[in-house]
Amino acid sequence: MIPIYKKDYKKYAEKTAQKSNVLVCCIKAFLVGGAICTFAQWLYNMFITRLGEENTRLLVPVVLIFLTALTTGLGWFDKLAKHAGGGTLVPITGFANAISSAAIDSKNEGWVLGLGSKIFTIAGPVILYGTLASVIYGVVLYLLKLAGAGGA
Amino acid sequence: MDYLWAFIVGGLICVVAELLLCYTKLTAARILTIYVVAGVFLTAIGLYKPLVDFAGCGATTPLTGFGYALAEGVKKAVDERGIFGALTGGLTATSGGIAAALTFAFLAALAFKGKPK
Repeated sequence: MIPIYKKDYKKYAEKTAQKSNVLVCCIKAFLVGGAICTFAQWLYNMFITRLGEENTRLLVPVVLIFLTALTTGLGWFDKLAKHAGGGTLVPITGFANAISSAAIDSKNEGWVLGLGSKIFTIAGPVILYGTLASVIYGVVLYLLKLAGAGGA
Repeated sequence: MDYLWAFIVGGLICVVAELLLCYTKLTAARILTIYVVAGVFLTAIGLYKPLVDFAGCGATTPLTGFGYALAEGVKKAVDERGIFGALTGGLTATSGGIAAALTFAFLAALAFKGKPK
């Protein structure tokens, strides 16, 4: 009986530990993700008065992407990402990190089938399914418009 | 105030991903893909635009915002040129971000040492 009891206890302990870990992880993700978005908002407010809306909307993610590529190369981004989890993954920084770390890691495998194809390991599915969803949305919009024009 | 809401909304969107990482076996790549498609879908049914108006970069910086940009781009293009816009709108609106990500990633690969083969 004792081994079973021990096993149960281990399970229970692991479960409780996991629960508290989840809470800590969520708080970290919230703080880091929130901070990145606040930084983006600060950039937005800085640029908007000088560059106009269209350029600002482009430049804010570009600055974040640049900083991510740089810190990924320096090895700092991974250290932050280890703690932040979803906090660095979900903002555009996660997308940029996936692309730049894939590029850096695969460059020794060749420029075309190494870096050239592996740069899209994670970016590929994101771009594919995002584009696909947008095309479907566009076709639906067009059909709705046709139906609306026909009805009117 | 815009900073506060950007922080809270952006943070919460990240917490959702953290919960997915903890409680499901979804990989990071799957979560990113789900977020982009969810962004397109939520924009299409009219839920995401109000969030962007409310939280600014708190809603546009997460990858759901990438989906929002795709969907908004398609909508504008379909208004302007009909069915052809369905093909051009999404990537046109997001081309700057994609080109920047690829360019900076390539430059980073040139500048930093890669893993030994």
